Amino acid sequence: MPFGQTSTGVTHCFALRLEDPGWSHWRPGQFVMVRHPSFGLELIWGRAFSISRLVSSGLSLFIQAQGRGSERLSAANPGDKVTVWGPLGNGFAIQDKRTLMLAGGVGIAPFLAYAENHPTPHKLELIFGHRLPLETYPFDNAKTLVPEMTVSSFHERSPEDLPVFLEMVDEAIMNHATSGLVLACGPTPFLRAVKQMAAKHGAMAQLSLENKMGCGVGACLGCVIKDTKGENVQVCSKGPVFWSHKIEL
Amino acid sequence: MASKTPTISDPRVSLPGLDLKNPIMTASGTFGYGLEYASFGKLEDLGAIVVKGLSLKPRAGNTMPRIAETPCGMLNAIGLQNIGVERFLEEKLPALPHDTTPVIANLYACDAAEFGELAAALAADERMGALEVNVSCPNVAAGGQAFGQDPKQAAAVTRAVKDAAGDKPVMVKLSPNVADITTVAKAVADAGADMLTCINTLLGMAVDLKTRRPRLANVVGGLSGPAIKPVALRCVWQVCQAVDIPVIGVGGISNATDVLEFILAGAHAVQIGTANFMRPDTVFSIVNELPILMNGYGVMTLDDLRGTLET
Repeated sequence: MPFGQTSTGVTHCFALRLEDPGWSHWRPGQFVMVRHPSFGLELIWGRAFSISRLVSSGLSLFIQAQGRGSERLSAANPGDKVTVWGPLGNGFAIQDKRTLMLAGGVGIAPFLAYAENHPTPHKLELIFGHRLPLETYPFDNAKTLVPEMTVSSFHERSPEDLPVFLEMVDEAIMNHATSGLVLACGPTPFLRAVKQMAAKHGAMAQLSLENKMGCGVGACLGCVIKDTKGENVQVCSKGPVFWSHKIEL
Repeated sequence: MASKTPTISDPRVSLPGLDLKNPIMTASGTFGYGLEYASFGKLEDLGAIVVKGLSLKPRAGNTMPRIAETPCGMLNAIGLQNIGVERFLEEKLPALPHDTTPVIANLYACDAAEFGELAAALAADERMGALEVNVSCPNVAAGGQAFGQDPKQAAAVTRAVKDAAGDKPVMVKLSPNVADITTVAKAVADAGADMLTCINTLLGMAVDLKTRRPRLANVVGGLSGPAIKPVALRCVWQVCQAVDIPVIGVGGISNATDVLEFILAGAHAVQIGTANFMRPDTVFSIVNELPILMNGYGVMTLDDLRGTLET
């Protein structure tokens, strides 16, 4: 189901809704690997997507079609059977404190589930930066599903807008530095900026990383990043959520 | 009415020093240390578990990016990242079902003496089922496939491991990146290898036209997956003609039909690698499907089928 489409039709985002997998234990921020039959033998890997929502009516993923796998998934028909394995990875920390959620583009996906499952949602604040039109993303869902949280969005229409958005993020992180928690999900340059700002303000921050994954379960070692000890750790099984001060980015 | 006893195909296979309940092994480097896949099936159902390549000391591996997807295959240049033999024996091996399913360690070292030292450390542990010598990794600067491309060096490494391995069976994993794989196979067999594993990955590369850069930081890497199955099958067939020791087939096997094709070409057993990435329960599914498929083809035991390819 498309959320929206750019005028060029090249890039678009969509929601993939799957039957309830019946998982009793999962945490917001975890992800799944998905394969569509059209992958055949040609596309070897499953594709990793954050769990956007998981409720009794089903599992929702929010996907931007930008590669061969996600494009094939975007062409899936209702009733198609897909192979899904999960829930994978560790998920975000849930703490009873003021929590700032920083989402960049499709990085908004895990925050829907996070906000829905938070015991004190009135302490949540979501700042959402995006380049495609706002209606492309499930932003209104966030406001509707969890009306208690504070939400704001920033449409980055040109490169000149980026410093303005980053200034907004920096100030928000500073406001959460003393007794709050900062969570971020989005493109790597965005996460890198958040990591630097969190370090500058002494904020506790968790980053949800994205990386190419061969297996999703920690076996292939194709998705590693360096931790601050200099060791390679798997994003899929040791993450995808890391404390920002414990990894190199 | 006269009753008829149903015939059930028997997938058991006997290898030097190893009796396997079926011929399905995991391929080194694709199954982690085994435990990563424990939630997708019963590890004890597998014929054997071949774990991630081990070195004496932990290795960090190559820089990122180190995997790339290509049509019907993948490239990897992981560079043998591993936790080292000591931590493997302490942390991983005890959790594996080594008493019911042989655990096979894949070994990597920089020279023959170090191979011997590593083999001795592993063989001293009674929980180890066998040793697989990696003389064919295309992703390490020192040693790696250079050992496997030179019959003399491959034989020297094999002798060093055999001398240190005691009664543990030793299999040597051969590289397809040679002019004639049978030359190395014969040299290794003559040096005392109990079994051969055919094949390791094929050297390949992928480039990105947009960035005008290689897709792997290492530039080149090892190609695996369904794309290499014809090459692997050819190598297994050629090597089975050339040596008298059992051959373990590996390369692009993703279902039970592929398994029987490799047995037909002469393999005693097989390893499943990249297919586990396509579905994490693949290796377990193949274990279940194999006897059914054997029955469908009227194959009662794998000995009946092995090497019966008519050419």
